[in-house]
Amino acid sequence: MRTEDGPTPLERFIRGILPENPVFRQMLGLCPTLAVTNNVKAALTMSAAVLFVLFSANVIVSLIRGLLKPHLRILVFTLTIATFVTIADRVIAAFMFGMSKQLGPYVPLIIVNCIIIARCEVCASRQSVWHAAADAVGQALGFTLALLSIASIREVLGSGTWLGMRVMPGVWPDWVIMVLPPGAFLTLGLLLGLVNWLGTLRRRPAS
Amino acid sequence: MTDTAKDKKDGGGEWSRLNVAPSPHIAAPVSTRRMMVDVLLALLPVLGVSFYVFGWFSVFQALLATATCVVVEAVSMLILRRPVRITDGSAVVTGLILAMSLPGTAPWYVTVIGASAGIFLGKVVFGGLGQNIFNPAMVGRAFVMIAFPAAMGAAGYVDAHSPVQAVTQATPLTALKQMGQGTPLTALLLGNTNGSLGETSALACLLGGMYLVIRRTASWEIPAGILAAAGLISAAVNHFGPGTPWDVWHHLAGGALLFGAFYIATDPVTSPLTSRGKWIFGVGIGVLVMILRYLSGYPEGVMFSILLMNAAVPLINRLTVPEPVGGHVRKAR
Repeated sequence: MRTEDGPTPLERFIRGILPENPVFRQMLGLCPTLAVTNNVKAALTMSAAVLFVLFSANVIVSLIRGLLKPHLRILVFTLTIATFVTIADRVIAAFMFGMSKQLGPYVPLIIVNCIIIARCEVCASRQSVWHAAADAVGQALGFTLALLSIASIREVLGSGTWLGMRVMPGVWPDWVIMVLPPGAFLTLGLLLGLVNWLGTLRRRPAS
Repeated sequence: MTDTAKDKKDGGGEWSRLNVAPSPHIAAPVSTRRMMVDVLLALLPVLGVSFYVFGWFSVFQALLATATCVVVEAVSMLILRRPVRITDGSAVVTGLILAMSLPGTAPWYVTVIGASAGIFLGKVVFGGLGQNIFNPAMVGRAFVMIAFPAAMGAAGYVDAHSPVQAVTQATPLTALKQMGQGTPLTALLLGNTNGSLGETSALACLLGGMYLVIRRTASWEIPAGILAAAGLISAAVNHFGPGTPWDVWHHLAGGALLFGAFYIATDPVTSPLTSRGKWIFGVGIGVLVMILRYLSGYPEGVMFSILLMNAAVPLINRLTVPEPVGGHVRKAR
């Protein structure tokens, strides 16, 4: 396999954050995006778990990319990812028991998170370890950015707090809908619209 | 002022010059504005009874909701650089219908957030009037219903210390659901009960509804389907089930059934196009309302029923495409 082609590590890193943001641009990993963003702490824990799994899986897959057989590659990706997801799941359960209960099945579900399989397929199985590592960090930061923005809106409007700290005045009426599932869909939809709208605004003067 | 010149003034941009109109031309006095003025006229008896029963609560909610709807619509259209058409009256109608579907005791922020959510999430994000799938007023009400259950639930309607007498007792449907108490039919007809601002008087809703149907601003099939389905189901339940204080006439006159049937479900944008489709739509709403009244935790289900059937409208339209004169064109083999 050739490693000279394709974007450089820096390009991979920058693309993951906004131009190819996993949530706002690729629409991947929407299950945790909708499910664990009703408060900032859960969103950050989820993002950290994804960063760990994505980084480890990308590095390992990149190291063994010469050994991959085309018809078995998805199986190898999944087994690699599952190993690190199990580690992340057990670590969270051991040191953050309450958070583990709150995240419920969504940490084990990182195994089927399409962001990670997509990065193994698109980048790690074709490029060097440095490319794969930069790509993993960039994509994970993009994911964190998306989760943090959605969770901030939902927690501030829905509970009047941010990361558990009171930010709204005491008379603030909590918008219960924002911590319920409809709030997740509404916030994600409006943010997607906003990102696209800002994109067209930026492109318009050029065209 | 011609339409084209008006579009230019409103900022219609390059599209205003495209004025394609193939013959034959029929001059019909039907415009969005005329329909909305009709709805406003039809709302007059409802507003009157509401003011009589709830006093300044009614005026306050109506003014606040209408003003918020108009402002949100104008600001959204300005930000999106689309023509501002608040003079067509659709935002005013949405605001009034939303206000009439709220409890008079709702705090001001519930009204403001409901009106903003109705116009923005219910209408603007779909592309404005004519593009929306769901009735904007009901989107706004559903939003605040889920966001502020304390202010919009059964307890939100009651304020025991209010100077307005109607607000001091439970709504008729809550009294039925929680305590099994009946309400005299005359009270339901005249409207001297607690409830959402516009729903209490069956006679006022019928009066305004008749005007809409006679003017053909509202299609008669939709309210007819709703009332027929609700009447049949409540008659069947009363016939076979144990006696409850509410008979068929209570179920037809009580709650938001008439208000929803005549003013909300008949919104031409969010209801089916054909006569057959309108029957399906109306019957579906009637059935859902009775299911929610009898079996759900909510005392009333008109809002959820209308929203659910709104979602089914594209499907109903596809199922009820009318047959062209002379039959369908046969496919060549």
